[in-house]
Amino acid sequence: MNDPRLLRLHPADNVLTVIQTLEAGDSLEVEGARVPIPARLPLGHKVAARPIATDEKIVKYGAPIGSAKQPIAAGEHVHTHNIRSDYIPTFARGEGAHYEH
Amino acid sequence: MQLSIASGYLRADGRKGIRNLVVVVYLVECAHHVAREMVFPFREHGVNLLGFPGCYPNPYAHRMLRQLCTHPNVGATLLVSLGCEGFNRAQLLDEIRATGRPADLLVIQNEGGTRRTIAEGQRWIESARAQIAATPRVPMFVEDLIVGTVCGGSDATSGITANPAVGRAFDLLVENGARAIFEETGELIGCEHIMAQRAARPQLAPALIECVEKAGRYYSTLGHGSFAPGNAEGGLTTIEEKSMGAYSKTGNSQITGILTPGDVPPAPGLYLLDVVPDGEVRWGFPNISDIQEIGELIACGSHVTLFTTGRGSVVGSAISPVIKICANPETYRRLSEDMDINAGRILEGAATLDEVGREIYDRILRTAAGEATASESLGHQEFSLVYKSFEPLGPACLP
Repeated sequence: MNDPRLLRLHPADNVLTVIQTLEAGDSLEVEGARVPIPARLPLGHKVAARPIATDEKIVKYGAPIGSAKQPIAAGEHVHTHNIRSDYIPTFARGEGAHYEH
Repeated sequence: MQLSIASGYLRADGRKGIRNLVVVVYLVECAHHVAREMVFPFREHGVNLLGFPGCYPNPYAHRMLRQLCTHPNVGATLLVSLGCEGFNRAQLLDEIRATGRPADLLVIQNEGGTRRTIAEGQRWIESARAQIAATPRVPMFVEDLIVGTVCGGSDATSGITANPAVGRAFDLLVENGARAIFEETGELIGCEHIMAQRAARPQLAPALIECVEKAGRYYSTLGHGSFAPGNAEGGLTTIEEKSMGAYSKTGNSQITGILTPGDVPPAPGLYLLDVVPDGEVRWGFPNISDIQEIGELIACGSHVTLFTTGRGSVVGSAISPVIKICANPETYRRLSEDMDINAGRILEGAATLDEVGREIYDRILRTAAGEATASESLGHQEFSLVYKSFEPLGPACLP
């Protein structure tokens, strides 16, 4: 079972979308397990639907959207800190540099 | 037998417009101030400002301005030249006049400076407005419409609500014989093979893939994808994730062909607008902002542009109305005055994709019938045009 605040867009996806902003200290049910939310998770962000290994493809909409840079636990926030594009690096404001690849 | 959706403005070239505008066009940045001052008192009275900043001539920019000045929403055009710039003003004037529109040219160096040119321009605008008020009105049908779509200020809700809802509206438009255009090949990176499966003809499939691969090469050379920091703050992580969301604007119809900026789609159907220049990378980023993309869709004849946004863009456009569809319910609550449609309701369980798709379709028809969009009411008339170059399209690209 997944929390009703999580949306799976395709059966093959290994990430779920948060459809309501979650505050730090909240928790989510992911595949039947209760996972704590350590930091604010805004609407639209992704969490892992299951454990994901380094270099495994991240799948959303049933299509690959990048690869894991490190192991990701079920329910963990999936974003620029732990996945990378397989095409063009993602750019961050201010630092004048690309996210670490 | 289709029902008429609007009373269109019939131009001498046979095309039908949904607005009846005068445009004032500066042909180099040095003429921008004079043209803007000329337009200022009329800015809420159907007079729009556009132009090209560069002093060096560019065939793409010439073609863009010709297509924009002869867009069916435009009734009359006044060109404003400083005098020494490279733009071929005489040719542009001839091309516009050949479509039967009132058109004229003021050269600031010949008119005698800023004040005289502004005064002469305003006299011309007054007279042109009176002339185009007599434009014949004719019934317009869905099959007369060209509709473009663009996304801007995307976040991770865009690809779940507003974009697929636009896809539903696009399917309705195509079913009813309209021409629908999607674009930004740099935001289709990662979707090229899925998209190619929808090619209406086998020879079109590799051409669709090549358009996106060209965008990939271009952006890789520049070292920066079509991805802004706000996209990441909104939950999008990679260009291919953004692309999958953007791609859902296209709906499920077959893809009929590929256009370059200024090509008017020749037959009903769904078209990809290739916005990335051909040849080596030499003009900088293909589109420096969403505004240029909207201008290119309009140069292809778009009567209406569907603009989806998650972070919350406020823009509109010169020449053709922009309908803004807000993907994110939190953004909608903050920026509702700038939005036409709240697609974020889908995330809150208050509407389905099909319902919002139908609402967008109905809103297109009402906009065509004359209802002002949010950005029109707020006076947005953004425009931007810079250098590009395109090779002629191959035979596989058009039906």
